[in-house]
Amino acid sequence: MTRIPLRPLARILEARSKGENPDRIERDNLRHRHEEMRGRSRLRAEGRLVVLAGLFLCAFIVVGVRMGVLSQSEPRETQGAASGVSIATARAEIVDRNGRILATNMATHALYAQPPMMVDHEVAARELVKIFPDMDEEKLLAQFGGERKFLWLRRKISPEQQQLVHDIGEPGLLFGPRDMRLYPNGNLAAHILGGAGFGREGVSAAEVVGVAGVEKRFDDWLGDPENSGQALQLSLDLTVQAAVEQVLAGGMGIMSAKGAAAVLMDVYTGEVISLASLPDFDPNNRPRPLTQGDAADSPLFNRAVQGLYELGSTFKIFAAAQAIELGLVNQGTMINTRGPITSGGFRINDFHDYGPELSVTDVIVESSNVGIARIAIQIGAERQQEFLASLGLLTATPLELIEAPGARPLKPRRWQELSTMTVSYGHGLSTSPLHLAAAYASLLNGGTLVTPTIIRQEGVARGARVISSEVSAQARDMLRQVVVRGTASFGDVQGYQVGGKTGSADKPKETGGGYYDDKVIATFASVFPANDPRYVLVVMLDEPEIFASGELRRTAGWTAVPVAAEIIRRAAPLLGLKPEIASQGASGVTLTSN
Amino acid sequence: MTEMAYGALPKREGDPILPRWWRTIDKWSVSCVLILFGIGLLLGLAASPPLAERNGLNPFYYVQRQAFFGGVALVAMFITTMMGPNLVRRLGVLGFGVAFVALAFLPFFGTDFGKGAVRWYSLGFGSVQPSEFLKPGFIIVAAWLMAASQEINGPPGKSMSLALAAIVVIFLALQPDFGQSALILFGWGVMYFLAGAPFVLLIAIAAIVVMGGMFAYNNSEHFARRIDGFLNPEIDPTTQLGYASNAIREGGFFGVGVGEGQVKWSLPDAHTDFIIAVAAEEYGLVLVLTIIALYTIIVVRSFIRLIAERDPFIRLAGTGLAAIFGVQALINMGVAVRLLPAKGMTLPFVSYGGSSLIAGGIAIGMLLSLTRTRPQGSIGDILARRGGRQ
Repeated sequence: MTRIPLRPLARILEARSKGENPDRIERDNLRHRHEEMRGRSRLRAEGRLVVLAGLFLCAFIVVGVRMGVLSQSEPRETQGAASGVSIATARAEIVDRNGRILATNMATHALYAQPPMMVDHEVAARELVKIFPDMDEEKLLAQFGGERKFLWLRRKISPEQQQLVHDIGEPGLLFGPRDMRLYPNGNLAAHILGGAGFGREGVSAAEVVGVAGVEKRFDDWLGDPENSGQALQLSLDLTVQAAVEQVLAGGMGIMSAKGAAAVLMDVYTGEVISLASLPDFDPNNRPRPLTQGDAADSPLFNRAVQGLYELGSTFKIFAAAQAIELGLVNQGTMINTRGPITSGGFRINDFHDYGPELSVTDVIVESSNVGIARIAIQIGAERQQEFLASLGLLTATPLELIEAPGARPLKPRRWQELSTMTVSYGHGLSTSPLHLAAAYASLLNGGTLVTPTIIRQEGVARGARVISSEVSAQARDMLRQVVVRGTASFGDVQGYQVGGKTGSADKPKETGGGYYDDKVIATFASVFPANDPRYVLVVMLDEPEIFASGELRRTAGWTAVPVAAEIIRRAAPLLGLKPEIASQGASGVTLTSN
Repeated sequence: MTEMAYGALPKREGDPILPRWWRTIDKWSVSCVLILFGIGLLLGLAASPPLAERNGLNPFYYVQRQAFFGGVALVAMFITTMMGPNLVRRLGVLGFGVAFVALAFLPFFGTDFGKGAVRWYSLGFGSVQPSEFLKPGFIIVAAWLMAASQEINGPPGKSMSLALAAIVVIFLALQPDFGQSALILFGWGVMYFLAGAPFVLLIAIAAIVVMGGMFAYNNSEHFARRIDGFLNPEIDPTTQLGYASNAIREGGFFGVGVGEGQVKWSLPDAHTDFIIAVAAEEYGLVLVLTIIALYTIIVVRSFIRLIAERDPFIRLAGTGLAAIFGVQALINMGVAVRLLPAKGMTLPFVSYGGSSLIAGGIAIGMLLSLTRTRPQGSIGDILARRGGRQ
């Protein structure tokens, strides 16, 4: 574009010579330049206006589309319900191995108030307090009269309470349907089921979500609408669970124990038939978790799964079996039991003095720490760790409870000779009773690994071999001897050939540094029947004490063993085990034949 | 010739005002504005009784007031549309002066009605919010300055208008009223864009805004929390926004029915900032889309009509007015559907509020007056091969 000067000299001179006003030329050129500039800016503005119009159009379309998407999505808090509600309400049931209901759903209602719709605040508050005595009339009045347009009064009410609220006749008190999780057996199997609460919550529906135990572990499956109408079948046996809990509670009371746990496991499938932890709670009304102090003191704490304890002499059988498997000893090999052994400033001694030497079987039967420690030295730290790891004692159990993965055994920081010796009699390694039950099952079922599970299994899937079947049989024999003539003589149940090992471990002080000398964890790990193993039972009592035969006794032989024996006596028939009846000589019926 | 090209109306002796008005006005936009006003009254019937009840007034108190102010606004709008561009400019500049003085004296004579921001003059029977009247006035003044800068030897209008915008924004921010400040800045930006802002500068400004936003996000916890709250797809259903999105969901396609809506009981701003939620709940997506379409028609038609406009002042002022009108509607609805972070802004012509209605009427009147059909001298252009058009 050529730029014309405002006062081109040639034209000015020409105009002057003609006597015209040269300013007119300047004005003319100025006008041209102005017009050109305007033209340019107009064209530019035209383009930019199109852009602006396009942008605004797009923005309005975006808002419109977003409105459309939003209006077709489901409402969070349903109030007038023009569109459907799809919070999944039918959570799958949970049943035991025989199909008996452990957890189901019940339709109830939640009560809420909309103060702007209320007719008479005072009457409503007064009548509500009559129905729900724990409500505070003054507080209700303050809430009704306040800014709130909506407030929850009760999360769940019974049909009777609902009728009473209806009878108040107050239009501002309203109900929202609630599917409530119901545990018809109350406290039974509380720790396994865990409990459920409300997740996403709307007025006319609320999502039930698991908060602990199986309910939380299988939350997705249970809450999946596809599975509604189906049931989650656990390996638990409701009647056995009831018997176990009842006996355990009785034993805990007699022994003045602080807590107790029991695990009953199928020796081949790893199915947990019963798992109890006391004290327990009602999953229909879960207590609040402790906000201070030790979480293990809360009834919510699952001692059988979450509790990590030094389980004492019950571990001796692992060292004995491994030593036999490795060919280091056999059942009859004599072991030096002269104590004490001193190692790194630590003395290992026995409860009694058992004389200069005992056979391997008798080390187990008499429960000699010195003897088993000497065997463990022969095995060595590395092989011991390998063997315990192969039994699953050094890692968290895969049990399908949300709490299980958190229970990782506490291992010695440096696993050397001293640790090898102490671990052989169950000190320095803390595991849960469930760990112990699973390891006993693996060791005693013929020597194949079992994986503990809470879900009903079809048939037996043999795991990897951990020990030969001969050694497994010898281990069962040694455990049977313990009951027949050793520390667990109270554990003999007529007809069921119980074998087992006691463990009485002093409790470590919470402050660290040493052990209490008047608090023990008493454990009895047993298998029955010993000649044809079917079940493993681990019973653990926390700080039991009983005055018997003239002295205060805490050892497992006096505490855990009788409780376990009673459990077996009650549970074995329920499990369908046929007792072995010793032949009574000549029977009353004489067969004759002619 | 010059007269025709630069937009002053050719005087046809004896041409009566009303027929000419009817011939030249954008009838589509006028109809849309009237429909919007009607919808505003309809929604006022739905949204304001809870408020009236809360304040112990007769249920339709606010509807009556809305109808009264709406009437005033419509009269103001029609009078304004009949003015020529020069008169619009003169009155706009005067109005800006008056509104600015009123704004400046707010801290001394204003009241905050207990809402924490001093924005109103209380006049006994009602209240006046000067910033509402300031907006159209500012657009007119800024357009005038920018248009003047396009004259040969004109004043540096763009810088002057920027300085003016800065002063106005500072006064508004002191109230504080960031919503109106943002609108003023946006209006100025659009006009500056139209008046020929260089692209390099536009890109630089965009970069500065993005970087400033990131800086604020990283350094101001308050700001970061608001943005996080906005970005978080989960929304607390007990907040205003939660109630609003819920109401929109509740409404579905055809709504829950007239008078059946619940959201108006829970939302304190149901009759102003969240009126669209009330519309969505009671009348459904159908009405909402209608409202959006009405705003779109008004804004986009104004832009399209202004494309043909030759007069820089008319073009700039018209674009600025249409832009702030449109963007105000966009922000209001964008907040309700969570496209934008929470920001209180009224929905022009639909939300309740006397000042907003009357000022909106005047602003739309100015816009309609500026978009009236005028002879543009394009034939002269073609004949003279001017403006780069070959």
